[in-house]
Amino acid sequence: MSQDTLFDKVWDLHKVSSLPGGSDQIFIGLHLIHEVTSPQAFGALKDKKLKVKFPDRTVATVDHIVPTDNQSRPFKDNLAEQMIETLEKNCLEHKIRFFNIGSGNQGIVHVVAPELGLTQPGMTIACGDSHTSTHGAFGSIAFGIGTSQVRDVLATQTLAMNKLKVRQIWCDNKLSKGVYAKDLVLHIINKLGVKAGVGFAYEFAGPAMHELSMEERMTICNMSIEGGARCGYINPDEKTFSYIKNKLYAPKNEHWDRALRWWESLKSDENSIYDDVIKLDASKVEPTVTWGITPGQSISVNQQIPLLDELSPNDKLVAEEAYEYMSFKPGQLIKDTPVDVCFIGSCTNGRISDLRVAAKVLKGKKVSKNVKAFAVPGSEKVATEAKQEGLDQIFKDSGFQWREPGCSMCLAMNSDKLIGNQVSASSSNRNFKGRQGSPSGRTLLMSPAMVAAAAINGKVSDVREFIN
Amino acid sequence: MKSEFTPPIGKITNMNGKCISLIGNDIDTDRIIPARFLKCVNFDSLGESVFEDDRKTLKGKHPFDLEENKYASILVVNSNFGCGSSREHAPQALIRWGIKAIIGESFADIFYSNCIAIGIPCFTLPKKSIEEIQNYCDNQSLFLEIDLKNSSAQSKDLNFNLEIKESSRKMFLSGEWDATSTLLDNNNLIENKFNQLPYIKFNTNIS
Repeated sequence: MSQDTLFDKVWDLHKVSSLPGGSDQIFIGLHLIHEVTSPQAFGALKDKKLKVKFPDRTVATVDHIVPTDNQSRPFKDNLAEQMIETLEKNCLEHKIRFFNIGSGNQGIVHVVAPELGLTQPGMTIACGDSHTSTHGAFGSIAFGIGTSQVRDVLATQTLAMNKLKVRQIWCDNKLSKGVYAKDLVLHIINKLGVKAGVGFAYEFAGPAMHELSMEERMTICNMSIEGGARCGYINPDEKTFSYIKNKLYAPKNEHWDRALRWWESLKSDENSIYDDVIKLDASKVEPTVTWGITPGQSISVNQQIPLLDELSPNDKLVAEEAYEYMSFKPGQLIKDTPVDVCFIGSCTNGRISDLRVAAKVLKGKKVSKNVKAFAVPGSEKVATEAKQEGLDQIFKDSGFQWREPGCSMCLAMNSDKLIGNQVSASSSNRNFKGRQGSPSGRTLLMSPAMVAAAAINGKVSDVREFIN
Repeated sequence: MKSEFTPPIGKITNMNGKCISLIGNDIDTDRIIPARFLKCVNFDSLGESVFEDDRKTLKGKHPFDLEENKYASILVVNSNFGCGSSREHAPQALIRWGIKAIIGESFADIFYSNCIAIGIPCFTLPKKSIEEIQNYCDNQSLFLEIDLKNSSAQSKDLNFNLEIKESSRKMFLSGEWDATSTLLDNNNLIENKFNQLPYIKFNTNIS
């Protein structure tokens, strides 16, 4: 059993009681909600005649269902309109702060909370969304929950949970040029498998992790869940603290000094004990692309899609399903695979640094005429910053559509969808069957820079050829 | 749909029913219930849409469309079932279709918690035993009697000792799987914890 890791320290601090069944009751420091997984939870509160216990500890925004072309109200989609209205009503009734469209602070929930300084080290953070692990980039313990658990957090600010084991994923050296956090996390998931993280929290550690910017760290922790780990985190350091400083909800003045001292004390001890440790060399990672129907089915851009014989017995069943669904032949090169749609955005890669990297690749170039390309900033703040830097113009000049903030085609709950068996190059997090809105649509996950390169060439390309 | 859905309440001790086998590893919650069905403010109509896209692709040959599985209630799956999105809509769709318990090689963490929270026990068995059940189901009907007290599954031909997290097993037997009231029992402890946490004090500007 792990000892003296950040996970242990934060868990113990938030433990309210040991429940009769043997699980722990854990206090949730920050609860984030959105329109898709909260309405039934508010409904259940009403049925049980319960109130929201600490309305100040819950923050809401709207992201999954918002259109990215025209956000004027009422939305064209009646169901989407009904969902945003329900959230507005619930937040008003229960006095929950709501960052609505046009507030300047709306956006994808996992982009918004960090950029407002709500996400801080040492907190427990829960949200009815599996990518809540994103917030672990700050040294918080953050995990996704379902709607019944959203109800429990609203009513009690606590959850019944079993403590997770802790696996340290130690990454030596640093990423080479043209290789990004997305490549590293896809590589990690490929090496460990999509279910290795079940029952674990992942501690991402080592020089390669601390070399990353906060936004890159968010990309890593965001995809913990794709490796099966409900929670992933990185010990806080100077980069963490300077990212938070002066944000809207960051501690101020004398509170800042107290916060800083406390945050420093939270890191995993040097002699802390882990349930498991894995070591990787980040300098060996190359631009990585998924070829299949799970985020673990990835290869370097210059590799061939694996032959069935090269895979472990456990991976063969899903590989066969993937060859068929993707219409790929084992042994085929992934490079030069034609793409129909290019999507830059999502809670994985929809932040300002992602847009900057993509814009650098796109500047002065044109998107292939066979490709529909669009960029969706992760939040209103990201959109504003991008416009101030002229990034929106670079995207538009290249032939990309520039959209309004939201989750968009990561999960296609709005009108941004693949059609038929189109292939997308996507900076999002899931390549599941049907994930991007068409039951036969095909998704290739990659870094935003790689999506930009694919958009220009109209096919999967090695971005390193663009950035000399 | 079958008879009208009534959610489970209170103690859950026994589940008897016909098995429905669904073969495949890493079956994610997008496949269990595609995102377009999440555009709703209640779970009521999800049952009929469970596995919608997979079922359409298989044109009536999906296990959830086979006549002989119409009244099945024990789902038998392989590894990492329910991975991906945290959407509770997935187990809510399964329970509304008629699934009362799931036996698998392994389950994704969030899916597992969601099942417990709505009263669907999830049991694990080694790969070999799951394959034995799935092979059996290929040729004939398998009715299992599951007893949570001793975690056993019995039938005419096959018997298994099921595995389930001890905390989950106890919660089902005591009825505390519906956690809200158990959590609220500790109201004073919750208040104390709130007052002790360092960051509540230095984040006074949040409220």
